[in-house]
Amino acid sequence: MNLGKDQLRELYRLMVAVRQLDRSAVSWQRQGLIPGYAPELGQEAAQVGSGYVVDTTRDFVFPTYREMGVARAMGVDMVEYMSTHKATWHGGLYNPAETRLAPIQAVVAGSVLHAVGWAHGARLNGPADDGTYPVAMTYFGDGASSQGDIHEAMNFAAVMKAPVVFFVQNNGWAISVPTERQVAGGSVAARAAGYGMESVQVDGDDVVAVVEATSRAFAHAREGNGPVLVEAMTYRRGPHSTSDDPGRYRTLDEERNDAGEDPVERFRRQLEADGVADAAFFAEALEAAKAEEEQVRAGVEALGSRPGTEMFDYVFQESTPALDEQARQWREESEHV
Amino acid sequence: MYKDNQEGTTMEMEPAGAAVNVVEMSMQQALNRALMETLERDPKTLVFGEDVGRLGGVFRITDGLQAKFGSDRVFDTPLAESGILGMSVGLAMAGWHSIPEVQFDGFAYPAINQIVCQIGRMNYRSRGIMPMPITLRVPSFGGIRAPEHHGESLEALFAHVPGLKVVSPSTPHEAYHQLKYAASRPDPVIFMEPKSRYWQKGEVDLDNAGERTGSAVVREGKHATLVAWGAMVSRCLQVAELAAEDGIELEVLDLRWLKPIDAEGLAASVSKTRRAVVVHEAPRTSGLGAEVAAIINERCFRTLRAPVERVTGFDVPYPSGDLEDEYIPNIDRILFGIQRVLEYRRG
Repeated sequence: MNLGKDQLRELYRLMVAVRQLDRSAVSWQRQGLIPGYAPELGQEAAQVGSGYVVDTTRDFVFPTYREMGVARAMGVDMVEYMSTHKATWHGGLYNPAETRLAPIQAVVAGSVLHAVGWAHGARLNGPADDGTYPVAMTYFGDGASSQGDIHEAMNFAAVMKAPVVFFVQNNGWAISVPTERQVAGGSVAARAAGYGMESVQVDGDDVVAVVEATSRAFAHAREGNGPVLVEAMTYRRGPHSTSDDPGRYRTLDEERNDAGEDPVERFRRQLEADGVADAAFFAEALEAAKAEEEQVRAGVEALGSRPGTEMFDYVFQESTPALDEQARQWREESEHV
Repeated sequence: MYKDNQEGTTMEMEPAGAAVNVVEMSMQQALNRALMETLERDPKTLVFGEDVGRLGGVFRITDGLQAKFGSDRVFDTPLAESGILGMSVGLAMAGWHSIPEVQFDGFAYPAINQIVCQIGRMNYRSRGIMPMPITLRVPSFGGIRAPEHHGESLEALFAHVPGLKVVSPSTPHEAYHQLKYAASRPDPVIFMEPKSRYWQKGEVDLDNAGERTGSAVVREGKHATLVAWGAMVSRCLQVAELAAEDGIELEVLDLRWLKPIDAEGLAASVSKTRRAVVVHEAPRTSGLGAEVAAIINERCFRTLRAPVERVTGFDVPYPSGDLEDEYIPNIDRILFGIQRVLEYRRG
């Protein structure tokens, strides 16, 4: 993908919007607006860059609980996305079928096999007129790469030549445990060879490099050549979640040293040096991000609780007498509250 | 379309002048035929698992399916149960109805995360937008002198999980119609096949499914109700036959659906007989018998003449073949259970 000036600017706008919203969400938690949040601070390039490549008319994306930047790049409504962090609904209120983003997944490595199944299903549907296939992209981290389901997913995808892009954000930390305690040798991408799968390791803090690597991976999968693994090397600058205290396992000096240059600042510097954007553009992008943040915050604040009947409504497509009876009893007894 | 080597023979029966289509076949043949017809009926159905393709499954339930429908619709997967079930989730999200096989009951354990955390919840998590039409076939229960982990009874475990439905057929007729029914529904169904009954023949009325949901009274009686499912149904019928020689008339209720349990059918039978013995192969503690007993207590407390009796496996790992006849409820143990409810006296 050869990125034009407009695309580069769009990527920057997205990264700034995501940065603003991510920081804001942490504040919301501190202010008591939401009970918890998993910041993606420092992973803006990896998330925006990969999400930017998705064709939402045909592809499908399987996130974890830390892919706000991907969701934003795909155009998912941010209030509906944030609703999961407001404890409104597990998985979020956005429509997964329309947005092409699977519900937020709280099980580490839980949805990676789903991507393989989805992609195999897409393959069974046959190629489009131009001979290409829709692609499933699934996200996981260096910690999740220790899970057995990752092995099963990679093996299944490779054996079945399923059009899957495994997008690994190697952010250095699984809560308190560093990558070297998860991945001997430090590279998840290196494992792909064992599955007979193509892989690439990319500077995950370089948004252009991420876009290019992800685009190549998509092209490979689209053409029916099987899965690809992209490992974006990045750094989790924030805590694992708003309940976490990184001071217990890493020092501020280590953070400064290991994090490298901030990906948003780095991209800004590059755009400026290349003459793609100027100070006025950056200021305008920041203003737009702040306006969006205000709007999303207002939307999150306005989110009410879902009616309790929904606990029962979505368990099955075809409810059961026992469940109906429990719902009836709940209604009857909660009326007295 | 039905293969000659299935040994199915059509019997001519003419009650009330109506043409009926009753075939004698084994449960293995009935299940095979149900899958054949399901794949034929719905082009979005897929059958997959370990050795289900070329081999036709270790129990031959999927025999001939790949030859007929091709290796897109019927395929062997790598040997990994979590992969099989996790893949089913993604296929469901892409609009496919999966009918995966887990080769033996005990092999479902490696897939529990996907079954419980994903299959049972995706419809809920997605607010009904992404249903999970997955019919998971599990050759279940004991009685075939198999190695460890090949004789487990997991119904209570599955029934406890929100979002799953559980059914177990007891006869070829039930197996044929229940599998076709389960594979036509939009919710996930754990389909527990009593593997010790695979080769027993019975009459299958191909045209007349009968009621698909709920329980079924398979023998009427008035002194006590035997509640059972899967392979224990035929054993309870044997017991009822023996008890009848002593003038004891036992009703046998095939529970069929283990989730949802047919509380009304259960209560109707026990209200009539006023005594109940629930029989299952699974360990007793927190087994499904406890749920059955609780439902009977809730609905029949006033009419009960005796506490509900449980005749079950023991709270031990499923034993080796030499001891499995000691473990699975046998005729004597069921008769003792019946004796206890019949002889019970208050105070």
